[in-house]
Amino acid sequence: MSLEPQELSELKSKIGRDPTSTELHIIAAEWSEHCSYKSSKKHLKMLPMKGPLVINEKGYDSGVLDVGDGYVVTAHIESHNHPSAVEPYGGAATGVGGVIRDILSAGTRPIAIFDGLRFGNIEKDQQARWLFKNAVTGIADYGNCLGIPTIGGEVEFDDCYQNYALVDVAAVGFGRKENLIKNHAQKDDLVVLLGGSTGRDGIGGSQFASDSLESEDRSAVQIPDPFIEKLIIEAILEARNHKLIHAMKDLGGGGLSCAVSETAEALEIGIEMDVDKVHTRESNMHPDEIMVSESQERMLIVTNKTKLKKLQEICKKFRIGCSVIGHVKSDNQMHVKKGKKTFANLPTDVVANATLLDLPSKKPAYLETIQKEKKLKPISNYSKTMMTLLASPNIASKIWVYGQYDHEVGIRTVLKPGADASVLRLDNGKFLSAKIDGNPKQCYVNPREGAIGCFEEACRNVVCTGAKPIGMLDHLQFGNPKDPEIFWTFLESLKGLTDFAKYFEIPCVGGKVSLHNETPAGSIKPTPVIGVLGLIDKKPLVPQKITESDCLVILGDTKDEMGGSEYFEYIHKFIGGRCPSVDFAESKKNMKTVLDSIENLLLKSVHDCSKGGLAVAVSELCMTNQIGCNISLDKIPCEKLDVDRILFSETHSRYLMTLDKKNLKKLETLLKKNKVSFQLVGHFGGDKIQFNDGKKTIIDLRVDKAQKTWLNSLRDLVLHG
Amino acid sequence: MKVGIVVFPGSNCDRDMYHVLTDVFNLDAQYYWHEKTLPKNIDAVILPGGFSYGDRLRAGVIAAHSPIIKDIQKIANKGIPILGVCNGFQILVESGLLPGVLLKNESLNFMCEWTNLIVENNKTPFTNQFKLNEKIPIPIANGEGRYYVDDETLKQLKKKNQIVFRYSQVVNGSSNRIAGVCNEDGNVVGMMPHPERAVESEINPIDNKPSSLIFESLLVKMGASN
Repeated sequence: MSLEPQELSELKSKIGRDPTSTELHIIAAEWSEHCSYKSSKKHLKMLPMKGPLVINEKGYDSGVLDVGDGYVVTAHIESHNHPSAVEPYGGAATGVGGVIRDILSAGTRPIAIFDGLRFGNIEKDQQARWLFKNAVTGIADYGNCLGIPTIGGEVEFDDCYQNYALVDVAAVGFGRKENLIKNHAQKDDLVVLLGGSTGRDGIGGSQFASDSLESEDRSAVQIPDPFIEKLIIEAILEARNHKLIHAMKDLGGGGLSCAVSETAEALEIGIEMDVDKVHTRESNMHPDEIMVSESQERMLIVTNKTKLKKLQEICKKFRIGCSVIGHVKSDNQMHVKKGKKTFANLPTDVVANATLLDLPSKKPAYLETIQKEKKLKPISNYSKTMMTLLASPNIASKIWVYGQYDHEVGIRTVLKPGADASVLRLDNGKFLSAKIDGNPKQCYVNPREGAIGCFEEACRNVVCTGAKPIGMLDHLQFGNPKDPEIFWTFLESLKGLTDFAKYFEIPCVGGKVSLHNETPAGSIKPTPVIGVLGLIDKKPLVPQKITESDCLVILGDTKDEMGGSEYFEYIHKFIGGRCPSVDFAESKKNMKTVLDSIENLLLKSVHDCSKGGLAVAVSELCMTNQIGCNISLDKIPCEKLDVDRILFSETHSRYLMTLDKKNLKKLETLLKKNKVSFQLVGHFGGDKIQFNDGKKTIIDLRVDKAQKTWLNSLRDLVLHG
Repeated sequence: MKVGIVVFPGSNCDRDMYHVLTDVFNLDAQYYWHEKTLPKNIDAVILPGGFSYGDRLRAGVIAAHSPIIKDIQKIANKGIPILGVCNGFQILVESGLLPGVLLKNESLNFMCEWTNLIVENNKTPFTNQFKLNEKIPIPIANGEGRYYVDDETLKQLKKKNQIVFRYSQVVNGSSNRIAGVCNEDGNVVGMMPHPERAVESEINPIDNKPSSLIFESLLVKMGASN
């Protein structure tokens, strides 16, 4: 158990006596960093959370956005880092399960999953390869079985995740506004535990996740059962249709302790429960274990006596457990009994509200020198360097990953994985676009600019599909917050995200903070992962195939911003340099211009320029369209830069627009009117990717050869090392 | 004209199939829970995809013992059109209504990708609108989709014209690249790819017309028999 001595004395003074063993277990779970956000909560308030489309109701585990015509979209993001680092299959799978139940608890049907995966160096480290392979299988087996498409995500490898894993899962739900659960309860309502049985798995999982990872505590890892989760989804949506649910909460970190206390606290009620009524997987479980078990696929539901019979009928149809474990009282106490004997009796506000911390922060020493660039060895053969980059694990196609995810089920997926952002059709004729992005390399070099960059990149991606950003999810992953230097990076990232969100009026609709991401080897790099949801009222931009003599126009300036780039880190093994920074006004202007151009039907496709810079982004267009191109570097809009920087700088706010040449004049007129920086830089055609510096061709690649390398290298690496 | 969609615990393409039958093809479709009975006057039955019983033991094997399977067997004997898609195909195979077995894909991975089918038999209730050898762009999404029969059975299938669809290229190691088969009478058809995911142009980036013919074939068949 991980209650600090001062927390124990605080608890004693709050309740005026010594806590019982069960109470200690409950408090240790609920006051853990994972459940209480005690280090971060004070600061998270700075994020804007309101907006014209945001529906805020008490007790929701997911963000709710009104998408018009009586429909809502729900969204949430979670991670399952510690469990996945120990047992990647189960850890990743139960990560999916948890976030799906958050979507379900609002009364909406989950319609999409996104996953962001991060591991150590898979080229060198067999353990990293094992973690990667099994985490992907875990997500695939869980999501596929549920029939919820996994439609997007990202995969990244960095030495800072050695012997560790970041598994972030976001989910989106959809439903009718009138079907949203209006969390409420009154005295004598019944508290029902529905779903899988409670066992000895995931004991103390939330505390496990709130320490650095030093031992492999397998009993703290939960066991996945997607089949039961699927039955729960259908049973709960049926119960929702019959209006049987007064309030609902998913059992996640902290198990029953957390679900019961947080429900009581949010609804301002008391709950009396009997652990003997909980359906368990094994006999002789101690009340302490029952209260903190994190067995998966369980939901807590508040209903009343008249509705119970129908609820039980539904559960019987799906053959899932449904136990009345307690009832609602008016005393604001969480009262845990076993038969007649009391094991815990605590005020809910004490349980649900750990004392919030105001931890000290200090700018890390390394940041003073990291901007300085080292003199790098000149590149003698850029074509060869390009092939190396296209084969590198961070840039290579992730088709080996998403090909294992059913991304079509639900028949909503208009833009499929591999596109800049995925797009789903909604029942009201609108479309939802979504993307998650992270960039620890840049966040390490500059925590503030790096975090803003992740946010802007996710926005750019949804904008490329023709969507206007309407909400963001933030997942803030850092090391031990008690290290002032780490906490400083957390605060800087958060402030950056807040500034961007306010400027662009994109509300934060949900998020998660995951701290203590450390192994004995040290902390991870700051890894905020940002999800952005965008809405398309009419039609998304579905990329049309690029053909002979189509034009390539680049929107946005390329700057001297190589810090944290794949080129520096993968090719030159150099960490440092100036991190790309977002000019808010320019960013806004460029986003609007892309949306205007799409709306005026001038473009065949728009592609975001990010990891690997311009050279990689152009190559991706060529490889996916199986066509060559000829680019003049002297036409790229930029201040005077050397070839390396033009090709590989990862400057934000840049877009590659492709179009039929008959639309060129119209597009130029629009771009001039919007006063953005742009250039026609080349044409498509032939079977070679060519970049020219004056008269000299410095990159000359055959499209088919590049494509083969790009598509297959990740799979080959996983399967053959 | 009534089409029944059978729902097992863990079916997850039932709602997609319902949408296509009702909203795209204006058919009268109804769900039937696996413990219910099928009405005598039903015109066609579809077993949709999914993970019945979480694919435990082997895909489709537990669902093949559901109460509703007895009704499906009776209806099959009467010559009423029955289509099993993906897990539905696995269930039809496991219940003995169709020959062969479905094994793990050669890659041992779940595979979600677009493939091309070749129509090998255009006499079934689901293929009567196709020309022989017509191509259908269509997605697969399965882990246990490798159709297997021994050489002797394969000979029989060929002889009795029971191979309905083949992949145009090797996809997962299926015997003879088989993607779908029918029973000897031709009224029970099973296929691994998902036609319901390919009939709407909005989500089918290639060509939605060929997959639509699977459902149009059923419409023609039902129109002819009524």
